Amino acid sequence: MPKINWFKYSSPQAFYPLIGKMIPWFTVLAVAFTLPGLYFGFFVAPPDYQQGESYRIMFIHVPAAWMSMFIYVVMAGYAGMGLVLNSRLSSMMASALAPTGAMFTFLALWTGALWGKPMWGTWWVWDARLTSELILLFLYIGFLSLQAAIDEPRRAARASAVLALVGVVNIPIIYFSVKWWNTLHQGASITVTKAPTMAASMFTAMILLTFAFWMYTIAVALMRVRCEILERERNSEWVAQAVGRSR
Amino acid sequence: MNRAGSVDFSLWGAFRCIVARDLTLAMRRRADVLTTLFFFVIVVSLFPLGIGPEMATLRIMAPGVVWVAALLASMLSLERMFSADYRDGTLEQMLLTPQPLPVLVLGKVFAHWLVSGLPLVLIAPLLGVQYDLPPEGLLILAVSLLVGTPVLSLIGAIGAGLTLGVRGGGVLVSLLVLPLYIPVLIFGAGGVDAAMSGLGAQAHLSLLGAFLLGALILAPWAAGAALRISME
Amino acid sequence: MSNWSSLSEFLAMGGYAPFVWGSYGVTALCMVVEVVLLLRRKRTLLQRLSRTNRVTAEVSKSNEVQT
Repeated sequence: MPKINWFKYSSPQAFYPLIGKMIPWFTVLAVAFTLPGLYFGFFVAPPDYQQGESYRIMFIHVPAAWMSMFIYVVMAGYAGMGLVLNSRLSSMMASALAPTGAMFTFLALWTGALWGKPMWGTWWVWDARLTSELILLFLYIGFLSLQAAIDEPRRAARASAVLALVGVVNIPIIYFSVKWWNTLHQGASITVTKAPTMAASMFTAMILLTFAFWMYTIAVALMRVRCEILERERNSEWVAQAVGRSR
Repeated sequence: MNRAGSVDFSLWGAFRCIVARDLTLAMRRRADVLTTLFFFVIVVSLFPLGIGPEMATLRIMAPGVVWVAALLASMLSLERMFSADYRDGTLEQMLLTPQPLPVLVLGKVFAHWLVSGLPLVLIAPLLGVQYDLPPEGLLILAVSLLVGTPVLSLIGAIGAGLTLGVRGGGVLVSLLVLPLYIPVLIFGAGGVDAAMSGLGAQAHLSLLGAFLLGALILAPWAAGAALRISME
Repeated sequence: MSNWSSLSEFLAMGGYAPFVWGSYGVTALCMVVEVVLLLRRKRTLLQRLSRTNRVTAEVSKSNEVQT
């Protein structure tokens, strides 16, 4: 087996052409998971006997909520790597993931509200999971606005990395306290109906769409990293050559 | 510093020196200290005007209102923690000293809390009386603020360090720090609630104490890292 | 088509159409908008870079001619 020097790809210059090759693959994978996911979600999974057809929102609500948390952790991991190893590419990955993570958090809240209206009768309940998701959105907003406020890219990357790490330490504490708070005030809130026992087809749809979101996230993050690399290295020789070639 | 000529270079000495210096500076600008305090008092007093004077409602809301006002007040004063030292170059000198930065940060945070957190703790029972809180509620309110406000200052130091010299830093710091304040708010206000309903606030206060210990250990390092990044 | 006997039944979603299609629609919209914005960002970036490339090349050429 030929030995691959992985560290070669940690420099933006070496990674740039590789990104160009990776994006189409992940786009294809995202579509390849979405189509059967939607097929299972709408045509194979039977309607729920309690919730009727409205539970089909779950097939995107749950994956979006999973991705929103997963992306924050991955983002903090990249940010920490960028801080400790001082690698530019890791920091770029962290900042490339943040907008997509915030988008999935918003989508989880949005679909949750649309599911809650027919099920609970209100758009919003102060349920532990919904509240934690809202706080996660605030954390994403903090990360994005700190990054936007600092002009110098290196300082922006490092400062937001510290914030992401502080956030990731805090997320379990926040989740735990919100849960405690919610059980204490149980009387005031509407008891949340448990997720219905899932048929295998429902589970398949949910898993397929989770993978679809995952692949989509990778593709979009890579697109964003590519723009970021071009912006930050626009004065270097290799970017001039790469641009000349792609013209 | 002990006497002229004999400077204490130990960690404790450095800590004490920073605290004494910051307190002296704060005493020279007493108006700043009072601003935070009055902000707290005014915000708490506005709620009855917005909600209505029924004492039963107000009593239920009191812990939450006082705690949210304390969060906002301590957040408003965060910008002062490092900005003056940043502007006159003292902070740069501090980063160059042989003493470890977290200790110096801890000193600054402690001084900041003495000036902006402790007054809130002392005046909170008086504001609780406005809301007709029973005596045990008043006691727990003060105790929970006593344990909780240092956590706010510690976490806030990270945000203040990160936004140092950034345009719009004052508003930005609230976006960064307020979500991280939520656990303190929940257990601080929850403790007062629990005490008033006769459940006992011990669990809440213990958890607040745990937050304080965790923040004491982690926050000075994170704030130190933030300061180094901002001063690069 | 085990669940639906007609297209209109599929679109009605058992009376939950606004909620189900609102969820799926907004999700799809967010994703499409994000991708379009990124593609546009890349295109403008490449255009700007190639323009500066051309300008620097012309400037260096004219400098050679003059000297």
